Amino acid sequence: MSAFSKISRNFEAFLIEIGELSYFAGNFFKELFKTPFEGKELLRQCYNMGNRSLLLVGVTGFIIGLVFDLQSRPTLQEFGAVSWMPSMISISIIREIGPIITSLICAGRIGSGIGAELGSMRVTEQIDAMDVSGTNPFKYLVVTRILATTLMLPLLVLFGDAIALYGSFLVENLKGNVSFQLYFNQVFEALKFSDLVPATIKSFFFGFAIGLVGCYKGYYCKKGTAGVGLAANSAVVYTSMLLFIIDFVAVFVTDIFYHE
Amino acid sequence: MMTTTSNTPIIEIRNLKKSYGSNCVLDGFNLTLKEGENLVVMGKSGSGKSVMIKCLIGLEQADSGSITVMGKDVMALEKDELDDLRTEIGFLFQGSALYDSMSVRENLEFPLRRHTKKFGIIEDTTPLVMEALKNVGLESAVDLMPSELSGGMKRRVALARTLILKPKIILYDEPTTGLDPITSKEIILLMQSIQKEYKTSSIIITHDVDCARVIANKMILLVDGINYAEGTFKELSESKDPKVAAFFK
Ligand SMILES: Nc1ncnc2c1ncn2[C@@H]1O[C@H](COP(=O)(O)OP(=O)(O)O)[C@@H](O)[C@H]1O
Ligand SMILES: [Mg+2]
Repeated sequence: MSAFSKISRNFEAFLIEIGELSYFAGNFFKELFKTPFEGKELLRQCYNMGNRSLLLVGVTGFIIGLVFDLQSRPTLQEFGAVSWMPSMISISIIREIGPIITSLICAGRIGSGIGAELGSMRVTEQIDAMDVSGTNPFKYLVVTRILATTLMLPLLVLFGDAIALYGSFLVENLKGNVSFQLYFNQVFEALKFSDLVPATIKSFFFGFAIGLVGCYKGYYCKKGTAGVGLAANSAVVYTSMLLFIIDFVAVFVTDIFYHE
Repeated sequence: MMTTTSNTPIIEIRNLKKSYGSNCVLDGFNLTLKEGENLVVMGKSGSGKSVMIKCLIGLEQADSGSITVMGKDVMALEKDELDDLRTEIGFLFQGSALYDSMSVRENLEFPLRRHTKKFGIIEDTTPLVMEALKNVGLESAVDLMPSELSGGMKRRVALARTLILKPKIILYDEPTTGLDPITSKEIILLMQSIQKEYKTSSIIITHDVDCARVIANKMILLVDGINYAEGTFKELSESKDPKVAAFFK
């Protein structure tokens, strides 16, 4: 019985959290269209996020492309289908691996950063100080950050995709003597518009989720330094979970639209 | 230090109540601040001093009671009106609360961004920034980051940031807590000179008996969520009530 009540209490807390997160998202859309727009701060955030994650996304993308190619090659070779490598790899990277890996990395990098930054601003009363200064802290801190992650993530995903494809090309070039031109000709032949569009739309949602959860956890951070660590940590955990849920829904919706 | 105090109350708190869940923090607190007065509020840690002062400036919503600042009912104000009123109130936060991603100059400019009604839109903020820094004796720190400042310097910069809007009222939340005795004394002297120069009325929250002795025209002890005892420093320090006497040991 006590185990049951514990589970039900946890489930209740989970539902309350979802409710609060939705309310937070609602506030975002309410404040989004109100002046002043804090454009300078938005640009600064976009620059910071891109700048901080570019190298990480690049390195990871490169290794994923390389490894993915090396590991799938023998199987295709068995069937004598090595020439299918570029199309197979590009489709899986563009549709799925690129967006989800890049987003997970950004959840770790950007999401936890936002959680910790806003959390420590809350704990040290900087957010209160902003409020007293006549600047709406939700608008200045939260709206700009969520917008920045939403706009930057699709760009980072495209960048990661490109580097991953280049990594896979290197393997093909070394092992199968495939030229740059031939490899990318095949890639673009295999890719359809209907691969890129859903992936990009999905990336916007991923970016939104990263910014939203990071800001929510930081903005309502509990007092004390332990609260800041918790905010950063739970931002990553919740975001990662949310990313997979969004991914699942996105694949479902895409399937309905494109493969009737 | 004696200052001329007039009789019009500039802040009036009546029967203020505030609870967090089952934790009743303020249970009918009263306070009157007259113009030009330095009112010291003392209370144990966790007794609700910060909560009280945050209700006063609209950062926390009180459950019931009334708060009147310069003739305006804080709890009934719209956001815009509240922001206008806040230009007249300086708030020195407990831990200074400097924006640590911004330089000292940007910290001081920040209140000027939105509180434009009082001064209009200012093209060149440098004279105002330098004037405020000069008043706290830190002109040389204008381009430093908060992480490069000592605790006492941070407190001074925070004070400069509240001064930049030339407020009529300053609320100090534990201005000397966490500083060494010598730096504390400097901050207290600074508070006095600011009061002389800007003719402000202030509420000072503190644990520091020395600070209270020097600066208080009047004191209130916050115990069990109410204004347990009121009077001058002398009156309270000679009190026989054990709860009051405990503060002056
Ligand atoms: N946002 C909050 N949520 C819940 N409890 C709070 C909150 N802010 C303050 N409290 C509680 O109110 C009490 C008084 O806090 P505070 O005013 O900060 O004390 P102090 O007198 O030391 O400044 C404490 O018991 C604290 O736990
Ligand atoms: Mg306090």
